[in-house]
Amino acid sequence: MEAEEMELFGIWSSPYVLRVIWALNIKKIKYKYIEEDLNNKSNLLLHYNPVYKKVPVLVYKGKPICESMIIVEFIEETWKNDSIFPKDPYEKAKARFLAKFVEDKLSPPMWRFFTTKGKDQEEAYESFTDYLAILERELEGKEFFGGENIGFVDILLGCMSYVVPIYEEITDFEIITKEKFPLLHAWMQAFLSSDIVRDNLPPRDELLYRYRKIREAFLSKDN
Amino acid sequence: MGEGELKLLGMWASPYVIRVRIVLNQKGLKYEYFEEDLTNKSELLLKCNPIHKKVPVLIHNDRPICESSVILQYIDEAWSESGPSVLPTDPYEHAMARFWAVYIDDKMRSTLLGILGATTEEAKAVKITEAMSMLELLEEAFKKCSKGKPFFGGDTIGFLDVTLGSSLTWFKTIENLSEQKLLDETKFPELVEWAERFLSADCAKEVMPEVQKIEEYITVLKARSAAAAVASSK
Repeated sequence: MEAEEMELFGIWSSPYVLRVIWALNIKKIKYKYIEEDLNNKSNLLLHYNPVYKKVPVLVYKGKPICESMIIVEFIEETWKNDSIFPKDPYEKAKARFLAKFVEDKLSPPMWRFFTTKGKDQEEAYESFTDYLAILERELEGKEFFGGENIGFVDILLGCMSYVVPIYEEITDFEIITKEKFPLLHAWMQAFLSSDIVRDNLPPRDELLYRYRKIREAFLSKDN
Repeated sequence: MGEGELKLLGMWASPYVIRVRIVLNQKGLKYEYFEEDLTNKSELLLKCNPIHKKVPVLIHNDRPICESSVILQYIDEAWSESGPSVLPTDPYEHAMARFWAVYIDDKMRSTLLGILGATTEEAKAVKITEAMSMLELLEEAFKKCSKGKPFFGGDTIGFLDVTLGSSLTWFKTIENLSEQKLLDETKFPELVEWAERFLSADCAKEVMPEVQKIEEYITVLKARSAAAAVASSK
C-alpha cells in the first residue's frame, strides 16, 4: 500500500491521535501525517469531519473515519496481521468493556484532579485511584492488558504512561508509584519502551509547558 | 461458540436494554429475562456489573457482558452464523454505523431530557433546535447508510437501527409532553418512514414500551427526584 492511500489528520499533543498512530505502527501501515492547527482548521478537516470538526481523522482511499476508538477498530478489521484484539468473542467483549471504562470513568476524574486544587482535587484523586485499583487487578499475571503484546486497552490507556508523570511533576502529587500500583507502574515502563511507542511520543518539554499553562488557566478561572 | 444458556438483566423502559432485546429477537435467540428494580438492585446485577451496577447485562453460560454496545458486538460475533449480521461486514460501513451510534448516544439523551427539564421557553427552544439539527444529520446519515434499503442496516434491522429505534417511544412521549413535533414528516420524511417500519418489525413490536407507560414513568422519576431534593436540603 502506498502511504498516500492512508492519511492521518492530527495535532502533536493529542493523546487520541497517538492511539491511532500506535495502532498503525502495530499493523506496520505506512501513512501520511497532516498536522492541523486547531485555531485555523483546514478545509479538508472540516470536509472530512463536519460533525465534530476534531482530530484524529483517518482517511483511507479517500474515505474518512472519525473518533479514535472507532478508527482503531477499523484498522483491526481491515488489516488482519498483528491482532490488536483477542480472537475469542468473550475476551474481545472484556477488552471493549475495559476500554469504555477507561474512556468514560477514568478520564473525567483524572482531568478534574489536574485542573482543580484543595478539596475538589482530593475528591477527584479518591475517585480515580479506586478506578486505578480496578486496572491494577486486570494486569495480574500479564505484562500488558493485551497479554504478551500491546492490545486495544493498552492503546486506549497508553497516554496515561506519559501524562501521569507530567501531572505528578506539575501538581507535586504521587499518583502511580511502585508501592501503590506496582503492576501499573511496570506497565507504564514497558509501554513507553516498546517499539511501537518509543519513537512516537510528544516532546516532553513542550508537553510540560502546555500542561502547566492549562492548569494555570483553570486555577485562575476559579479565582 | 453460540450455544448455551442466555440471561438478560434489564429494565423495561431503558433504551439500552430494549436494543439488546430486539437484536436477540432478530437473531432468534432464546433467553431468560430478569426485570430489575433499579431502586433495589439484585445481588445478581451487583455481582455481574460491580463497576457500573447498570443494566443491560447479558449473561452467557454464567459469564457476564456489560455495556449495550459491547453486548451487541458480542452477540454479532458469538452468533455470526445465526440470523442476519448486527453490524455491517464491510469495515468502513461498520465504522460509519459505530460513529452514528456514538453520536446518537451522546446527543439523544441529553437533548431529550433537556427539552423535558427546561424551566424556561428560551431553554426549551435551544434544546429543540439541537434536536432538529441532530435529526437533520440523521436524515442524511440514513440515506447514506441504507442506500435505498428499508433500514440503516440495509435489508434488516442492525446496530444503528436499534440504537436510534430503541428511543422512539421516549421521543414520542417527549413530543407529547413538550407539545412539540420533533420527528416531522415534512422535514424528515425518510426517518419518519423508517420509524414506522422499525416499530412494526416483529423483533421490535413486543419489546417497545407504550407511550403512556413512559409518561407514567417520567412522572414517577420526577416525584422521586423532587423527594430526593427535599431530603437532601434538610
